Formats: sequence, C-alpha cells, structure tokens
Amino acid sequence: MKAGIIVFPGINRERDMAIALERSAGKKPRMVWHRETDLSDLDLVVIPGGFSYGDYLRCGAMAAQSPIMAAIRGHAARGGHVLGVCNGFQILTEAGLLPGALLRNQGLRFLAMDCHLRVERADTDFTRHYQRGEVFRAPMAHGDGNYFADDATLDLLEGEGRVIFRYATPSGEVTPAANRNGSARNIAGIASANLRVLGLMPHPEDLVDPLMGGEDGKPLFDSITAALAA
Amino acid sequence: MARDVNQALAREFGLSAGEYRNVLEIMGRTPSLTELGVFSVMWSEHCSYKSSRVWLKQLPTKAPWVIHGPGENAGVVDIGEGLAAIFKMESHNHPSFIEPYQGAATGVGGILRDVFTMGARPIANLNALRFGDPKLARTRRIFDGVVRGIGGYGNCVGVPTVGGEIDFHPAYNGNPLVNAMTVGIADKTKIFLSAAAGIGNPVVYVGSKTGRDGIHGATMASAEFGADSEEKRPTVQVGDPFVEKLLIEACLELMATDAIVAIQDMGAAGLTSSSVEMAGKGGVGIELNLDHVPQRETDMTAYEMMLSESQERMLMVLRPDRQDIARAIFEKWELDFAVIGHLTDTGRIVITHNGQVEADIPLAPLADQAPLYHRPTEETPPQPPLGPVADPVGLGAALRTLIACPDLCSRRWVWEQYDYTIGGQTVMRPGAADAAIVKLDGRSRALALTTDCTPRYVQADPEAGGAQAVAEAWRNITATGALPLAITDNMNFANPEKPRIMGQFAAAIRGMAAACIALDFPVVSGNVSLYNETEGKPILPTPAIGGLGVLEDAAQAVGYALAPGLDLVLIGTTQGWLGQSLWLREVTGREAGPPPPVDLAAERRHGDFVRGEILAGRIAACHDLADGGALIALAEMALAGDTGITVEPGGDAAIWFGEDQGRYILATADSAGLLGRAAAAGVPAQRIGASGGALLTLPDGDTISLAELRRLHEAFLPGWMDGAS
Repeated sequence: MKAGIIVFPGINRERDMAIALERSAGKKPRMVWHRETDLSDLDLVVIPGGFSYGDYLRCGAMAAQSPIMAAIRGHAARGGHVLGVCNGFQILTEAGLLPGALLRNQGLRFLAMDCHLRVERADTDFTRHYQRGEVFRAPMAHGDGNYFADDATLDLLEGEGRVIFRYATPSGEVTPAANRNGSARNIAGIASANLRVLGLMPHPEDLVDPLMGGEDGKPLFDSITAALAA
Repeated sequence: MARDVNQALAREFGLSAGEYRNVLEIMGRTPSLTELGVFSVMWSEHCSYKSSRVWLKQLPTKAPWVIHGPGENAGVVDIGEGLAAIFKMESHNHPSFIEPYQGAATGVGGILRDVFTMGARPIANLNALRFGDPKLARTRRIFDGVVRGIGGYGNCVGVPTVGGEIDFHPAYNGNPLVNAMTVGIADKTKIFLSAAAGIGNPVVYVGSKTGRDGIHGATMASAEFGADSEEKRPTVQVGDPFVEKLLIEACLELMATDAIVAIQDMGAAGLTSSSVEMAGKGGVGIELNLDHVPQRETDMTAYEMMLSESQERMLMVLRPDRQDIARAIFEKWELDFAVIGHLTDTGRIVITHNGQVEADIPLAPLADQAPLYHRPTEETPPQPPLGPVADPVGLGAALRTLIACPDLCSRRWVWEQYDYTIGGQTVMRPGAADAAIVKLDGRSRALALTTDCTPRYVQADPEAGGAQAVAEAWRNITATGALPLAITDNMNFANPEKPRIMGQFAAAIRGMAAACIALDFPVVSGNVSLYNETEGKPILPTPAIGGLGVLEDAAQAVGYALAPGLDLVLIGTTQGWLGQSLWLREVTGREAGPPPPVDLAAERRHGDFVRGEILAGRIAACHDLADGGALIALAEMALAGDTGITVEPGGDAAIWFGEDQGRYILATADSAGLLGRAAAAGVPAQRIGASGGALLTLPDGDTISLAELRRLHEAFLPGWMDGAS
C-alpha cells in the first residue's frame, strides 16, 4: 500500500497519522504538500486532523477549495481510497465527497475525551479487522463534530449501509449520553456509496500503541493495509 | 502622537524621576518619544527584573545536565540520547484579568515561541492557574475565558496540553494568575541562541504583521491595577494560533539549514526588546528601517511599531548568503518575510522611519545602567502554633466535603476542553498520574512534567512554602518513577515596593534555593510577575514551579489508578499536621497555623527509595500526599482505578487529613517485601489498607460507595459553569 497524507496549512495531526500508518503498513507514508497536484502514485489518500487555514471560515471550507482537491476528487472518482479524520472529515463534506456537514458541538465546547464507537459494518476495506457490532475506544478532540444531514440524506445513508461508526456506550448501546457532540443518529463516521471514501470525527490514529493507552484504533489501519496490499 | 517628552510623560510611561534623570544622562539630551518608549519598556519591571534580580541570583542554576540556564529564551537540559529538553513557564496574569480569552491564549502563544525559537519542537503544554472566589460571577467569567483561551490556542496549534493545577482563593479576586509552560525537544547540538553576530548581516522580520495591539503591555504588567483596569482592554494582544502553527513549521524547517545566526521571538515589548537584546548580547549595533516592517494598520508611527506587542512575530539575524533559502521557506508557509535592517559596529540602536532618525541609543548603557533595586524587605512573622483542634464532623463527613470542594474536586471539566492526545505520545494523561508522561517520538524515553505550588503555605511562611513548592514538584515527578532534572519558576507576587511583599519574595527564594540544592533540582528558566495587586489587595505569594524529569523507558511509568487485590503502604512520617491544611479551612473555616515543615533530607531519602521500587517493577500504583492528606490521596487512587479500599482502623482527622510532607502511598502485591526494604533503607513505611470492592471503608468503619464519591468529586465544576450564562 502506498499511502499519502495531505498537509494543508494548519493541519496538525499529520504526524500522528503517519505513526499509525507506519505501525500497520511497515513503511512511512508520503507527506503531500497542499500545492502538489499529482496523486497518481498513491493507493490511499489521507486527510488528517487539524485546523486547516485556522478554520476561520467554516471548518474545512478553505481547504475544500484548494487546488489539490481536484486531484483528490480524481483519485476518488477512479475508485481510489480516501480517509478523512476530524478536520479531514470536515473537508470531505465541504468538498462534497461525503454528504452532510459537521456543526458546532452541542454544548458549544471543545470535547477532548475518549468515546466508544460501534462498528456498523465490518465488510469495508477500512473495517474488516473489526467485527460487526464490536465497540472500540477512540480519542476525540474537536469543537465541530456534530454530524448533520437532512432526514432524506440520513435515510439514504442508512438504507445504503453507509453509516460505518456510531457513538455508543462501552457495551454498544446507542444512547444520547454516548453522543456528546450531538450528532444526528449518533453518526461518527460515514462512507461514500462505493465504501472507499471514509470520514470520521474521532482519532483511531491516537490509539495504536499500548503506551498511548491501548490499540483500539489499530484494526482500522490493519484493515486498509491488508485491503491495499500490493 | 505628538507629545512633549518630559518628566510627566516619563512618569506616565512608568519611569521614576530618578530613572528619567538617568535617561537624560545617557542620551545627553531630551530623548525623542520613540527613545523614551524604548527606555521605558526595557527598564520596566517586566523586562528588567529590577526588583527581583538581586534575589534571583541566589537560585542554583547549574548541574552537569544543564546546557543553558536562565538568560536565554528558555532553559535547556540534557535528557540523554543526544537530545535536549527546552522549557519555560511564563505568566500572562494582567492581560488575562482584563480579557481572559485572549490573555490566556496569547500567554500560551508567547511561551511556545520562547521554546521553538531555540530550535525545539514543542511537545507539551502545561499551566498553573489561580482564580478568585468561585462565588463571584466575575470569577466564573474569567475561569471560563481562560480555559477556552488555553484550549483555543493550544488545540489549534497542535501541542497537547497535558497537565496543570488550579486553585481558588479570594486573594485572586482582582488578579487571577495564568502561568503557561511549554516543553520542547531538540538535538542538543542544534540549540539556537539570541546573541547577534556578523557586522552587516541582515536583520529579518518574519511572521504576522504589526498592528497597534499591546502597546505598552510590558508597562501594564509592571504596575498595580486600579478600579479602572478593565479600561486597559485595548492594550491586550490578540492571538492567531493558525499563524503560530505556520511559524513553528517554517522556523523548524529553516533551523534544519545553516541560515540562522541568531533568533528571538518578539514577546513583551516586541520589536524593542528583541532587537535591543539580540544586539546587546552580541555586543554589536543594529540599524532598523521601519519602512520595511510589515504593517497591518496604516500610518503607524515609529513609537507604535517599536512598542507594539502584536503576536506571532520573530526577529532573526541571517547569513547573507542564505537569505534566499530563508525567504523561500517563509513564502512557502505564506508568512511575511522582510529584511528590516542590519547589524553595525556602532554599539547603538538606530531606528529610521520615513527618512527620519527616530531613535539613536547606545546599547551598553541601556543594558548596564538599567535600574537595579535592593528594595527594603520585611520578614513575615511566624504564625502562632495551631494548638489543639476539635474535629467537628468526623472522617466521613470531612471526606465528603473535601473531595467536592473547589480546590480538590475533579478537573475533568477543564482538561476535557484541552487536546491532550495530539502527537500520539501521551502515556499518562491528565488525571492518571502525579506528573504527565509524554514519550519522545520513536524512542522509549519519556519526560515527566508537572506544575506545583501551595500558595497558602507560602503566605503563612514564605521560606517553608518556597521549599515546599519545589519539593512537591520533585515528589510528583518521582511518584511516576521518573528522575527529576530541573525546574522553571514563575514568581507571582504583589507590589515589590511594599517591604512585606519584597520580604515574601526574598524568603521564598531562600526556601526554593535550599530545596533545589538538596534535591539536585536546579532552576534553568523563569519569569517574574510583580504588582499582582488590585486596589491595595495583594495575591497570595505564588512561586509556581514547573518540573521536568526523565524516564528511560516510558513503559516503567506508574500512575495512581488502583487495581484490586493490592496492599497499600504509606511511605513517610505522619504527625498529623493540620496548620494551613485544607481540612482546617474547609471543615473548620480557619486559615491558621504554620504550614507543614519540609525536611529536605527525608524528602530526598523517601523519594529516592520510592523511585527505586517503581523502577524495579514492584509498584502497581503510586500517589504523593498533598492537599487533603492521606484519605484524599486514597480516595483519588480509588476513583482513578474504580476500585474500592478498606483502610486500616485507627487514627483521627489529623492523621488522615494532615498535610505532613515527604509522603507517598504505594500499591503493591508484596507489602512484606516493601516494608522490609523500607526498614533497611531507613524509610518509614506502614501498611494502611488493601484494595478491592466498590466501597471506601474508612478507619472508623464508615463506608462511602465509589459511586457517591465520584458524584461528589465530579459535581463542582460542571455545576458551577452550567449555572453560568
């Protein structure tokens, strides 16, 4: 697997993502500066977390207009894999590669805490190393993670099986209390229709080593590494 | 701004009559407005340390592992494997009172720049915060703004906020304290310093544009507040963490080349202090043409540009043949890059603007003849002994009160707004251990980091309190298994022109110095914040200590979360010291008596023993005993590990809530072995309980469920803040 991490100005979890990818794939991903335009060497394009352009407009809105987005759209249109985490998820929705939007957290405060994610599908290239219904822990760290879409879109996502992760209790119940940022239907992560573009708010890349407090996030990176093994 | 320069204006700028006479003598004429501005900020308390320097010299600053002590932008210590840790703590107290969000945010931004300007990538932020009485609406507003500001800046810039401390006391009603600490890592052979060199070398300005914000901020930080202090809001700077993030990346990219001769951030007093200090340290002259300074407002005067404290700016001296490489890096990061002057051999700073010379000052006397005061001191009289104290409530009620009180309740509401996992190196998160543990990327080595001070002890006995602050930082690092290496200090005191306050300062330094020497724990950087006094009401003297230690193997670190099936062993001597204890204050309503004495030899002996046991792999959890004493420490261990404890019977409130120093609780599967080794090492130790179940069973047989304890512990901050709006 050849992975690349897109670095927009203000992105700040690119090194965390590189650690997680290297831990699963055994080789360092390529850091891709946002002015580059050619991604044809990559199997997996990752847009990591951070505050691209300071998030001074809407989160991800500036990055979504940058020239490299054309290359990312092309990669996705060719059936390439794209992973967007946190600000990366926000950028994917702003760019129209995933539906919906991420609003301010309910409660209007930044949330830095572990959450629990229930795996809704274990038959995607990103989740095969989990079991369906399995619950794993992931740190979240965001001010704008409140997933929103209109009911028709939410029904469509559910109908097509594109909700990949939901906020849940440690025992797997999908409750309002487990949904700290207030996301519609507890949605934490969704995929494109071909299941190859995945966006999620929490940070599985920050839980891939016992010294980080656990390896709950590692199966996601093991999954995509195995799926894209050359 | 056309003002006549005279003694009245000098007074307005914070210069005394004597200081202004000295300016006239150095200049040999009446200074220009810009020149007066330069003198006034360079000679302000904030920049010149004129009241504190004579005392700061008493602190030990050397050890074989110290690479750079005080005098640089931050302290530098050798942490092994060819690496250096660069760290410092700095206050942003006055701005945080006036405009809490921006005051705290720019405090974080400023301390980050002090660290990355030396070549380090910042890997952790901490803070030490003090607020007034929680019953006041203003305290709640300030608290909310400060927490949001620290989070807003640190989260965006991408440096984890891993630790800190918070106290409440009415003495901070008009003067909250916001002390921010940054720790960075660099190759120890690639440390960047600020002394300018190379006549003719270009002086380069990078970062944000200059505006009118923060003019005379350093002067504001050098005077007491009056009733009108909120009107000073225009002098508070506004932070842009996005630009700071770009500046970090651009500077570190440039530092990988050989282009930089010298570099310094523009902090307090902005372009003035950076240019004066760089040229002064290098023994050269400097000429600046302000026409080239990137400006965000129109028609700025030389005076305004030299005094502006606009954020996210750096000044560098470059090798002339590397200027293009440097420009390309800053253009890539879309940051301003401007050559605004060059070094000269004149020994003077010459500032021109619009073809006019606006300032021409000899640098040597500006530094050498800076005021230095040996202000009168008055000792704090010893507190009368406490005498017998009756226990009005019993152990269970006192525990329920203390675990819920503002000074001991859970800080979860705060740290859940700080990104503490970013970087992927946080081994011990907030609330898990006595010190935060942050690993070095790609290595097994880790740093242990803490901030500590117990201001009510310092108030009652400044010397003992100063020693205690250092000892507690050392103890918190030791309790994780790490070896304490060095400290940074942030001396927050009231008006030094009052002998009692200056006496507090001098005595606190004496206590700190004794502890630093006894514990091999030198001071490598620091900051002094005086005049923390509003309408004559002084803060509690608060010498906040930021401690740094090292662990060779992060996997050896222990936290205080308890597992079932273990024995609990108390290390150290318990007399039952209630003077200045939280039990005395929260249960009986008294702030009285002398604070607990600090026996530095015992501290060292107990700590070295505890660290040895942890590194031998024999300890499952460890917690130091501090505010609230043994029963609070046990309750915190139980809550962190969600495991009950049965405490041994016997003892009264003084035994269980006394704050005797030099103590730890260890959880071990083999208490007999531990007690035997402690006896052999001459370290007092006793078994005080065992873990298991879901109840805390107190020495008098009373029980409290962990669920109730947790509800009490977690209630205050969310309830207080939700009651806001």
